[in-house]
Amino acid sequence: MSRIAARFASLKGTRGALITYLQAYDPDPATSLAILRGLPGAGADIIEVGMPFTDPMADGPSIQLAAQRALKSGATLSRTLALVRDFRAEETATPIVLMGYYNPILSYGVASFCVEAASSGVDGLIIVDVPPEEADEIEPDAKAQGLDLIRLVAPTTDDSRLPKVLAATSGFVYYVSILGITGTRSASRESMAAEIPRIRAHTDLPIVIGFGIRTPAQAAEAAGIGDGAAVGTALVDVLAGSLDEHGRAKSDTVRRVLDAVRALAEEIRR
Amino acid sequence: MPNSFRQGPDSRGRFGQFGGRFVAETLMPLILEVEAAYEASKTDQAFQDEWRRLLKDYVGRPSPLWSAERITAHVRKSAKPGKGAKIYFKRDELNHTGAHKINAVLGQILLAKKMGKTRIIAETGAGQHGVATATACALFDLPCTVFMGATDVERQQPNVFRMKLLGAEVRPVSAGAGTLKDAMNEALRYWVANVTDTYYCIGTVAGPHPYPMMVRDFQSVIGEEAKVQMQAAEGRLPDALVAAIGGGSNAMGLFYPFLDDPSVQMYGVEAAGRGIDTHEHAASLAKGRPGVLHGNRMYLLQDDDGQVQEAHSISAGLDYPGVGPEHSWLHEIGRVRYVSATDDDALDAFQLCSRLEGIIPALEPAHALAATMRLAVGMDADKILVMNMCGRGDKDIFTVAKLLGERL
Ligand SMILES: Cc1ncc(COP(=O)(O)O)c(C=O)c1O
Repeated sequence: MSRIAARFASLKGTRGALITYLQAYDPDPATSLAILRGLPGAGADIIEVGMPFTDPMADGPSIQLAAQRALKSGATLSRTLALVRDFRAEETATPIVLMGYYNPILSYGVASFCVEAASSGVDGLIIVDVPPEEADEIEPDAKAQGLDLIRLVAPTTDDSRLPKVLAATSGFVYYVSILGITGTRSASRESMAAEIPRIRAHTDLPIVIGFGIRTPAQAAEAAGIGDGAAVGTALVDVLAGSLDEHGRAKSDTVRRVLDAVRALAEEIRR
Repeated sequence: MPNSFRQGPDSRGRFGQFGGRFVAETLMPLILEVEAAYEASKTDQAFQDEWRRLLKDYVGRPSPLWSAERITAHVRKSAKPGKGAKIYFKRDELNHTGAHKINAVLGQILLAKKMGKTRIIAETGAGQHGVATATACALFDLPCTVFMGATDVERQQPNVFRMKLLGAEVRPVSAGAGTLKDAMNEALRYWVANVTDTYYCIGTVAGPHPYPMMVRDFQSVIGEEAKVQMQAAEGRLPDALVAAIGGGSNAMGLFYPFLDDPSVQMYGVEAAGRGIDTHEHAASLAKGRPGVLHGNRMYLLQDDDGQVQEAHSISAGLDYPGVGPEHSWLHEIGRVRYVSATDDDALDAFQLCSRLEGIIPALEPAHALAATMRLAVGMDADKILVMNMCGRGDKDIFTVAKLLGERL
């Protein structure tokens, strides 16, 4: 069983999963690794690591700035993979999902990227700008390496399209709960409560709800309606708020981010 | 070699390996809807009639084909005996709103109306596409928001004011270098959040399928007219076509109807900025490699890690790190040659054209003119070259004055 499947299986019937998102190398490699290492202990069930990109088209201002900080501190795709390897050296149970955009992967070489991602301990990929229509760009290589390809389902993904999207998905389904980019608005309980059963009717995969989940209460609510809640911008904002005026980490940056994760995890476990 | 160069794109929106639909899932259903609506419009006679009527009575088409005799004479002065091709301008700078952009905008706005969309957004670099979109939105009574890089807002002030007069909202985008790439990112972000009622009117032959095809088809009116006009003027095909390349729409519009005429050579002119061997240029084909940005695979200026690099050009309309997928393909198969002209070349051509032809060109076709003169010098005197004068220079007066040390 894959790490992702095992994690959802172990939570089944008890509670939803907490999925955290932060970008690799934000704001610097050492801080980024320290946060990563602290995430499982703080209560993250699945860790999304953002792959920094100059033109993050589905992201709002917070994550755009995170990408700029990360790139400034030297992030590249191969360094992101190295970061995951360093994490994996000590932690083998928590799934890691890389999330980002296609061009750096294309530039790296899709086949070698998939080989090295898998050997570095990556479990799944979310590539925002590769929809099912372009799946053959990466699916064969990802599958060959046992990497899950997690796809986004949006409010605009209607019932006629859902089967096509879900057929191209493995690991879990990432439900984008709002029309919009990250960190801009939040979905209502009613809309999530209506949408998740619509998707469930088409799949047995776990459904994670993301985009617009900021507070512990929202996370708990989403994790109750779906099988997990993904929190990104809110954590990136905590990180950003902890930096000094030059954008450098301060002594309490790691602690503040992990405290925020802990607060989310506690509410989900309540 | 394919037996026709006019069969692309395939059903996945690919020209060879280029093109495609690399967008987030939220947009995908809408992209498919645009494609279906566009396909239906091709056989919708009322739609076609209305677009043609607008081109004729509102835009002022057909635009003239002008024999640029004084430029031709100027070229021949420095050419060897028997050399110096005859130069024609396809005068799309005479279009209402001052550039070729309006051709595809009117087609797209009609499509948006047909699709029942009630808001229009657009990105703009030089502001010509923004002005054209704002104009069409005024005419069709649609609210319009134009995304424009903050740097471009600064250097294309007259067009910013024009858009406001036309009733559009201009949103400056300060991310990145504040140019066309950033404006397009922001337009796409806005679109994701407003898919239900909004149509995104893209200004060039880039973006996800069907945009590169659709914008090319609408702009092909340029080449179709040129073909007929050249037949009337000279009784034959031209020997060479030249056009500036930002995303590539004015060039595709001129080239496309001639692609299967093997005697016609074609040259796209990229912006070489401060020089193609510096880091400040916009020569995506010369210096980039295939990558994915803004919904399609195309030649892209990028670093070793696949991070997109900033382009540079004196011309806001050419200041883009990518080039449309069909050009990327035509480059790889060698049907079109891509050359470049620097900021300085363009500035010289801008002034020369003003003095010799009484035509103040936009900085974008000024790049094309610089390359045209270089090419024409080496061609036989009985050869004919058509250059796309795709925009007029009113918008650039302030930029050029500043560079020439004039205070307005
Ligand atoms: C006059 C003019 N020419 C050329 C361009 C470049 O676009 P394209 O390559 O799509 O024709 C622009 C874009 O703003 C423009 O305004």
